[in-house]
Amino acid sequence: MLFQQIINGLTVGGVYALIALGYTMVYGILELINFAHGEIYMLGAYLGIILFGFFTSVGLTSHSLALSFALTIALSVLFCSAYGFTVERIAYKPLRNAPRLSPLISAIGVSIFLQNYVMLTQGATDKVFPDLLGSAGFDLLGARITYLQVLIIGVSFLLMLALHLYVTKTRMGKAMRAVAQDKVMASLVGINVDSVISVTFIIGSGLAAVAGIMVAMYYGLVNYFIGYIAGIKAFTAAVLGGIGSIPGAMFGGIFLGLIESLGASYISSEYKDAYAFAVLIVILLIRPAGIFGKSTEEKV
Amino acid sequence: MHLLEVRGLTKHFGGVKALEEVDFRVEENSIVSVIGPNGAGKTTLFNCLTGLTRPTKGRIHLEGADITGSSPHRAVRLGIARTFQNIRLFREMTVLENVLVSQHLRIRSGLFGVLFRNRNFLRDEKEAVERGLEYLALVGLEGAADVTSFNLPYGDQRRLEIARALAAEPTLLLLDEPTAGMNPHETSEIMEIIWKLQKLGKTIVLIEHDMRLVMGISESIIVLNHGVKIAEGPPEAIRKDSLVIEAYLGKGTLA
Repeated sequence: MLFQQIINGLTVGGVYALIALGYTMVYGILELINFAHGEIYMLGAYLGIILFGFFTSVGLTSHSLALSFALTIALSVLFCSAYGFTVERIAYKPLRNAPRLSPLISAIGVSIFLQNYVMLTQGATDKVFPDLLGSAGFDLLGARITYLQVLIIGVSFLLMLALHLYVTKTRMGKAMRAVAQDKVMASLVGINVDSVISVTFIIGSGLAAVAGIMVAMYYGLVNYFIGYIAGIKAFTAAVLGGIGSIPGAMFGGIFLGLIESLGASYISSEYKDAYAFAVLIVILLIRPAGIFGKSTEEKV
Repeated sequence: MHLLEVRGLTKHFGGVKALEEVDFRVEENSIVSVIGPNGAGKTTLFNCLTGLTRPTKGRIHLEGADITGSSPHRAVRLGIARTFQNIRLFREMTVLENVLVSQHLRIRSGLFGVLFRNRNFLRDEKEAVERGLEYLALVGLEGAADVTSFNLPYGDQRRLEIARALAAEPTLLLLDEPTAGMNPHETSEIMEIIWKLQKLGKTIVLIEHDMRLVMGISESIIVLNHGVKIAEGPPEAIRKDSLVIEAYLGKGTLA
């Protein structure tokens, strides 16, 4: 029972972590809460259904399931990255030097726009993601683990590892950390700050797209407002871990997934969505900067 | 050959004339100081040169090419690097990382290279680290490479700023009050470093308040007051210039 709940929690938590990374990376660099990020995740899920449906209709799926699945993910990531990039250029970049509230309101506007855009073009009813792996799986230590769960946990952790290496080891990763610490100074050592910001949005949106597809597969249903609650939860995860901190978002996401799943089975599943926020309140009372966050003192 | 040529440089902030028709030239491989009372426009001048502020009027030429209004990251690529009066290190990075960030333009390490550690990646990485350590050695910080930069003592943070600017491999190095807050011993160490940089072929323009340093090191001095260049020349001439004395001490003190 406990092991089963841990596996369930890791599955959901991995997805939360992937979305939370997008929030935390953008916040780290722009100090902006990108409220439209949940919508990118929702777009990822829709694109997953649309693209997979397309590959099925042209016969690719019956030919090679793995290929059509891989293409679905790759193209959905590509499209969502393009959405993320465009949103930044249109809605945030012109407000780079505006008061902090302006881009925040712009983000809420983008979020409302994208929800309605999907509702109008795809309809307000639930869309169904084809059940690919079914409930196939194996038993381990008294728990039933589906292959889909293995896939979701595996992909989440691999992506997190890749992102960690990218940020700590590569040239662009160093540039991102430099921009997060001091944008002006970063530009004065030759870093193109605008392109670093674009890359941040592209990576964050790509991760959200993968999360969207995996959730669509896990729950089987998608609608135009799933981005809202997922966005709020992932944002909570990012704050829990310490907003702006990449390891914090990874930890926060997984922690949140585990809390939800354990709470739902040991306390009551009725309040599943409330546990996350209860934990958030407790953590913020004890450590206002989040678990991995550093409390910064305002300079006088 | 003039490395830098500034013509009619003007910057107004609303009604405030931070710079007004400033002209000067900087010879290649020379050391030039910009002095003037507080609010004279010295830092605004540096901001215009590095692309942080767009001048209202006037042109800036580097090695004969017009670079007026370039973005900061382009100015670095063209060969201008600077330090700040109030230290602006990447506080959470190590000393070596601060210098490596500056070599950003020359290192090509993508995720592919990191994951598979191919030969190009390892070679680039090794070269970058070696060069980074050389810059650190130049300012006497080779022993502190792995220290997180905000843990460095104040004087060492100033040296690291210089090393980081150097790592961008500029032809023109702008130092904004490199000895601010330093004791005389530390100041003379910075002086030694500046001479070393000159020997390496760098051209150096510095803003400085420490007159012993300015008079001791500069080949030429530019004096700004209220945004206007009031004097320019070798230290001996500036020392005797009545306008300069007036700007610093006020009228009538020379009775």
